[in-house]
Amino acid sequence: METIQTDVAIIGAGGAGLRAAIALAQESPKLRIALISKVYPMRSHTCAAEGGAAGVIKDNDSFEQHFHDTVGGGDWLCDQDAVDYHIHEAPKELMQLEHWGCPWNREDNGSVAVRPFGGMKIERTWFAADKSGFHILHTLFQTSLQFPQIQRYDEYFATDLLVDDGRCQGFTAIEMKSGSMRRFKAGAVIIAGGGASRMFPFNTNGAIKTGDGMAMAYRAGAPLKDMEFVQYHPTGLPNTGTLLTEACRGEGGVLLNKDNYRFLQDYGMGPETPKGQPVLKTMELGPRDRVSQAIWGEMQKGRAVDTPWGKCVWLDLRHLGEKKINERLPFVRDICISYLAMDPVHEMIPIVPVVHYMMGGIHTDTKAATSLPGLFAAGECACVSINGANRLGSNSLVEILVFGRRAALSAAEYVAAAKPGNEAALVAQADASQARIDELFARSSGTESIAGLRKEMHETMGDGAGIYRTQEGLAKTSAKLAELRRRYQNIKLHDKSRVYNTDLLTALELGNMLDCAEAVAVSGRERKESRGAHQRLDFTARDDDKYLRHSMAYFNGLEPPRIDYRDVVITTSPPGVRDYSGEKK
Amino acid sequence: MTDNRLAARQIELEILRYDPEKDQEPHFERYSVPCINEWCVLDALNHLKDSIDPTLAYRWSCHMQVCGSCGMMINGEPKLACKAMLRDYPDAVIRIEPLAHFPVERDLVSVADDFMDKLKRVKPYLIPGKVRVPTEGEYKQTPAQLKRYRQFAMCINCMLCYAACPEYGLQPKFIGPAAISLAHRYNQDSRDGGRDERQEEIATNEGVWECTFVGACSEVCPKHVDPAAALQQVKVASTVDWYLEHFMSWVKK
Ligand SMILES: Cc1cc2nc3c(=O)[nH]c(=O)nc-3n(C[C@H](O)[C@H](O)[C@H](O)COP(=O)(O)OP(=O)(O)OC[C@H]3O[C@@H](n4cnc5c(N)ncnc54)[C@H](O)[C@@H]3O)c2cc1C
Ligand code: SF4
Ligand code: FES
Repeated sequence: METIQTDVAIIGAGGAGLRAAIALAQESPKLRIALISKVYPMRSHTCAAEGGAAGVIKDNDSFEQHFHDTVGGGDWLCDQDAVDYHIHEAPKELMQLEHWGCPWNREDNGSVAVRPFGGMKIERTWFAADKSGFHILHTLFQTSLQFPQIQRYDEYFATDLLVDDGRCQGFTAIEMKSGSMRRFKAGAVIIAGGGASRMFPFNTNGAIKTGDGMAMAYRAGAPLKDMEFVQYHPTGLPNTGTLLTEACRGEGGVLLNKDNYRFLQDYGMGPETPKGQPVLKTMELGPRDRVSQAIWGEMQKGRAVDTPWGKCVWLDLRHLGEKKINERLPFVRDICISYLAMDPVHEMIPIVPVVHYMMGGIHTDTKAATSLPGLFAAGECACVSINGANRLGSNSLVEILVFGRRAALSAAEYVAAAKPGNEAALVAQADASQARIDELFARSSGTESIAGLRKEMHETMGDGAGIYRTQEGLAKTSAKLAELRRRYQNIKLHDKSRVYNTDLLTALELGNMLDCAEAVAVSGRERKESRGAHQRLDFTARDDDKYLRHSMAYFNGLEPPRIDYRDVVITTSPPGVRDYSGEKK
Repeated sequence: MTDNRLAARQIELEILRYDPEKDQEPHFERYSVPCINEWCVLDALNHLKDSIDPTLAYRWSCHMQVCGSCGMMINGEPKLACKAMLRDYPDAVIRIEPLAHFPVERDLVSVADDFMDKLKRVKPYLIPGKVRVPTEGEYKQTPAQLKRYRQFAMCINCMLCYAACPEYGLQPKFIGPAAISLAHRYNQDSRDGGRDERQEEIATNEGVWECTFVGACSEVCPKHVDPAAALQQVKVASTVDWYLEHFMSWVKK
């Protein structure tokens, strides 16, 4: 097997991975950097983010406000030291992107413009029309092209971390165009592999978001933290799950039930605000968990709209007018016309909550270090705990920058002191990794189909781990996932060619999703309270005595994960009440 | 809402297949795929892969017209499979091939190396005119200045314009529409001062002067980047440069 020797290897070339690579190239210019991605960098799912990125820049805003919005929005499950670092670095990172050419929207005087976003008390979301993530990703990718130290390995699929002497020293990856495996030997590894929402049947995520990075770290012994917290975005298209950005509501769009009534006022987010004049942090600008839960409530009460795609509520943008929609939300209009054949300028758009984001991920400290020496993680695959139990929209595009860079600084520092590894042991592990793939190709007895198992996983995740959960449902889903993971050992490959074998890659992705899904279900089953995005019909209250703690899931072979807990870091904001009732205060 | 959006439809997909490990050359294979009228071609391919033939290889990710992965020839035209709606293909047969003008890696996957090299060659990053450090705050840029380049910044690198460009088909050295648009995007940015460096790549025979202004690139572009306009603007500006250099060297550029 060919070995590629480097100083820092990064798995993932989305926003987090690219930011890490640039930080290494600029701030540690002597280091060799290998940037590995299963898709060309600009295909990474950061490109799909629409709304924007939060950072304090205007005079009417303050770090304290951003801190409190984030911690309260996260239902006090955030680590407050991490939040503190995040909010202070945020404006620097967004300004850095401005200096790299990001086409942020502007005010008339030429300064950067900000827009309101859900759960934020002050408008602080930097945006580039409704293509913010796209522009961030392309700006980073294009900027990265000027650094010769960044050696890219596009369309390489990472499979297993190599761990010896208690530290991570590289990984194996398949070069997709040839199917050959390579060993990346690195002083330090950064995982920036993105989220895992494809484990759910109905989601806003691209096909690549299968939790590979999380699963690799998990199998190598690094715990997954707070996996039960899965964010539903309130406004997805009912047929494809495609996201309509929260900026629809930020710009003044409203949500209506079948009686054209703005129902959010019945769910603690009222009183009603004037249509088209959104008021921050209330009604349509409530946080995602609350708004999604309210839509679910309307469905239960029989006040949802019946559509060809099932029960929905309306998103009404018509009062914004064609000009504003074209200027601020052009992509939203395109998407509705393409996939629903409906034009939001003239029609109300049916929407439903869809799975969007994993608050949980690989546990890291505030320096982006995992519990495995030599392994760092950043972006959606990591859980540095700035999002707590519910992420506020526009915090994660910033998180990928802030902690992408942080991971790079930590990795550079670590590499400087790293000792050489035991070559023989690492080669043996890489060979074992190759042997597992070879066995899949050679296997003739396999009976389980990839698409079949995936479908069963989707069904059980939808049934048991949705917006509202119960002990019984979570227990059933956990048991089902244990069964699916066993049956996965017997899958069958149809495609036996080595060249660009997407049958093999989807098989590996399915394995990764199943590992992560089990961590979601089991962590959820054990958390007997309701907090943020984890809502239990059988334990409806938040229970700070028992659960003001992070869940830590440890990989346990084919057995379900072992769940442990870790204290939340609280510095200045003791747990309080989340209040989104605008005027009443 | 009663309509035929959810109506079932059987579609014959005629797909170019090629596996370099076993095929001498590419060939078409036909599949009868049960579809739903409101689907896009990508949905049909995904259904085919999951339930009929798992060996088919193609690229996709976002399913929302923004990652640029799923470019392919659909009935002879370069399209994003996630933007090609079945309702716009009333015939019973749809023919699907990899993007024209690129070598085939396997099935519908084309080799993108040449495109990636060209993007890099045009120095598609800000080369600041006046250097500022982030602590000094943002470069001021008015909405009107933003508007001068924003359209050219919308490119998703889907390569459809290369598949449509007859010049690129004939002369693969041509830097091509997307890369030139990207160079132009930075040249037009009020914060940038790197035009001279980029001109060395694009104001050459492999650059804009290769283009015969057919305009096919702009017709197929799913993001309205209008690369033909970028090429035209670069040509005009380069001509002005040439005159300034050769006849009017006393004028400061
Ligand atoms: C539709 C949508 C809209 C959003 N809007 C917003 C918003 O407005 N504001 C906001 O703050 N957040 C938003 N988010 C969330 C935010 O975009 C993401 O959390 C963030 O972009 C994730 O970035 P990342 O770098 O961690 O991962 P990604 O961009 O997903 O990149 C992951 C990378 O890892 C690579 N990778 C994965 N597995 C492997 C493997 N096995 N081998 C090799 N490489 C691998 C991939 O190729 C890719 O390069 C949105 C998300 C979605 C889905
Ligand atoms: S210019 Fe248009 S067609 Fe060409 S690569 Fe960019 S988005 Fe695609
Ligand atoms: S799948 Fe992303 S553009 Fe079509």
